[in-house]
Amino acid sequence: MGSIRRSDFINCSADKVWAFVGQPEKLHEWFPITSTRVEGNKRWITLAGGITFEEDIITLDHDLRRFQYKIVNNPFITFHLGTVDVIADGPNRCMLMYSTDMEPEVLALPIAGAASIGIAKVKEMFDGK
Amino acid sequence: MGRKILFITTDQQRYDALGCNGGTIARTPVLDALSRAGITFDRAHPQNVVCMPSRSTMLTGQHVSTHGVWMNGVPLPEDAPSIAADLRGAGYATALIGKAHFEPLLDPFLRFTENRMGSQKITTDNPKDPHRGFDHMELATHGAAGQLHYSQWVRENHPEAVGGYYNVLDRELQVNAEGGGDTNAPQIKVNPIPREWYHTEWVAQRTITWLQSLPDDRDWFCWMSFPDPHHPWDPPASEMHRVNWKDLDLPEGYIANAAKREKVIDSKLRHWRGWYDGTFVSNYEAPAKWVPATLTADQVREVNAYTHVENELIDEAIGSVMKAIETRGWGNDLDVLYTTDHGEFQGDFGFLFKGPYHVDSLMRLPLIWRPAPSSNIEPARVSAPVGLVSLAATFAHIAGLEQPSYVEAPRLPHTDNDAATLGHERVLTEWDSVLFGKIVHLRTICRDNWVCTAALPGTMNEAGDGELYDLTHDPLQHVNLWSDPKAKAMRESLLADMWDNLPKQVSPLRNMDAPV
Repeated sequence: MGSIRRSDFINCSADKVWAFVGQPEKLHEWFPITSTRVEGNKRWITLAGGITFEEDIITLDHDLRRFQYKIVNNPFITFHLGTVDVIADGPNRCMLMYSTDMEPEVLALPIAGAASIGIAKVKEMFDGK
Repeated sequence: MGRKILFITTDQQRYDALGCNGGTIARTPVLDALSRAGITFDRAHPQNVVCMPSRSTMLTGQHVSTHGVWMNGVPLPEDAPSIAADLRGAGYATALIGKAHFEPLLDPFLRFTENRMGSQKITTDNPKDPHRGFDHMELATHGAAGQLHYSQWVRENHPEAVGGYYNVLDRELQVNAEGGGDTNAPQIKVNPIPREWYHTEWVAQRTITWLQSLPDDRDWFCWMSFPDPHHPWDPPASEMHRVNWKDLDLPEGYIANAAKREKVIDSKLRHWRGWYDGTFVSNYEAPAKWVPATLTADQVREVNAYTHVENELIDEAIGSVMKAIETRGWGNDLDVLYTTDHGEFQGDFGFLFKGPYHVDSLMRLPLIWRPAPSSNIEPARVSAPVGLVSLAATFAHIAGLEQPSYVEAPRLPHTDNDAATLGHERVLTEWDSVLFGKIVHLRTICRDNWVCTAALPGTMNEAGDGELYDLTHDPLQHVNLWSDPKAKAMRESLLADMWDNLPKQVSPLRNMDAPV
């Protein structure tokens, strides 16, 4: 199992950061992908290389500030669980954390790399605001 | 006009692949001639034995601890030092044609410039400030998959040839263990592709085309980078008549007797035995489902035959480029440097491929510098230890530039006396891998014809473990003297020298964003 975790602290309230990253349809505004489409509990994302992933939204918990999804109907991916957490660290600071567990395990690595880009983007957008 | 520089690299090639280094199978007359006319290094080591870290060292002139590309999958930062950028700043036209691999190949998000340029079929991302200082990049890797220029070219122009290449990855995206050929050796395939469509030919032809685009009076630096003889071993079927595997002797490094082989392996650091038994595969590029203990003598011979064929094709491709350069009238002012990024087991100790194993199979590299005839530098063989870390300073020296402040080693020497003057006393090699919890860290020094490797704590090794070889009396590295009391003084001397000279590792370590 490929299990990865990327995170960073952001000097901004957890509520404010969550109000943005907790919108599954806005993933392309911070993650390095080209488009996002959401219908009910389904999401489709398209990567720059042209690959489209179909995803099931599993958890969208605004109290816990947790979003979970899994890639489905993909001939290569036999297991996937992606988790985005925003954890408060006082009133004006939070941690944005992105975790992925995946088979084939090696695919977890490029997703982790993309997550680092995404987290840096959110930090740029919200840090100190 | 100054001296032009043709920098030729192969991928995963052994020192003894070439006739000038004692190779007796592959015919390499072009490289042998360059060796006779130039400086041949008999103890050249990489600073890491996988592609991305080693290639980053070539470009930056830095050890792995400094440039921070500690394993395949860790991208070299876009703003890392680049000798190509310095040469370009001095007026050189610059190109990299073939395998770059400063950035991960597995890149579904198209995050990395190499892949983006390939997918967009462009040869520069920014003409005013090109990627890593190369005016022109046309890139390739080991086959027709992926986004790089060669793959796009094959798919667009010769789609029927795509399926002839071996599938490098299996359905689980692990490096494929599937066997082929006559012996079912892993990563072997008879490839029906016509020779003129094969990547070795493509790299040479694209190099010639770029050189032909330059004006006669332009100075240039061209890195021509062949993906072979790295696995998979799938050269054009039309060329397989060159070497019949059934005619080959087993390589000197292969220990035919299994009991003796396993005794030698068991004398080394523990991760050797772990890989041999298939329980500890710490390098992604070795097929995860392949167990080295199953390797047969015939498979060793067949893999070697395919490799020799690929090496002959490389030599002939270099010959065609040299001829084109001579036709342009540049020969007298042309420096040629030839090397590879790391070696290959090719059957030594019962292994194929590579990994955290710091022995000559993977560390002793071919390295030839044929200085421009106009420079009047005498031919020589150099036995002093040198590293690929010296290449960047050598390119600067050839171009008449000051040694860049960022490099960590002097230029390559002309002779052993010159090596002593320049301070080429030792060469250092590092390994760090943490692939999903399989952790190996090694630090190695080669000095005075000894090789000493210290293991740092990891999954199978503990602090205080290591390997020590006397290359003079044990050139095959069968006898680990690490715990021999008679060798203790030498071990301590080498370790002290290594720790004194290894750069401090950049911290924190950058993330690994792909397996390769």
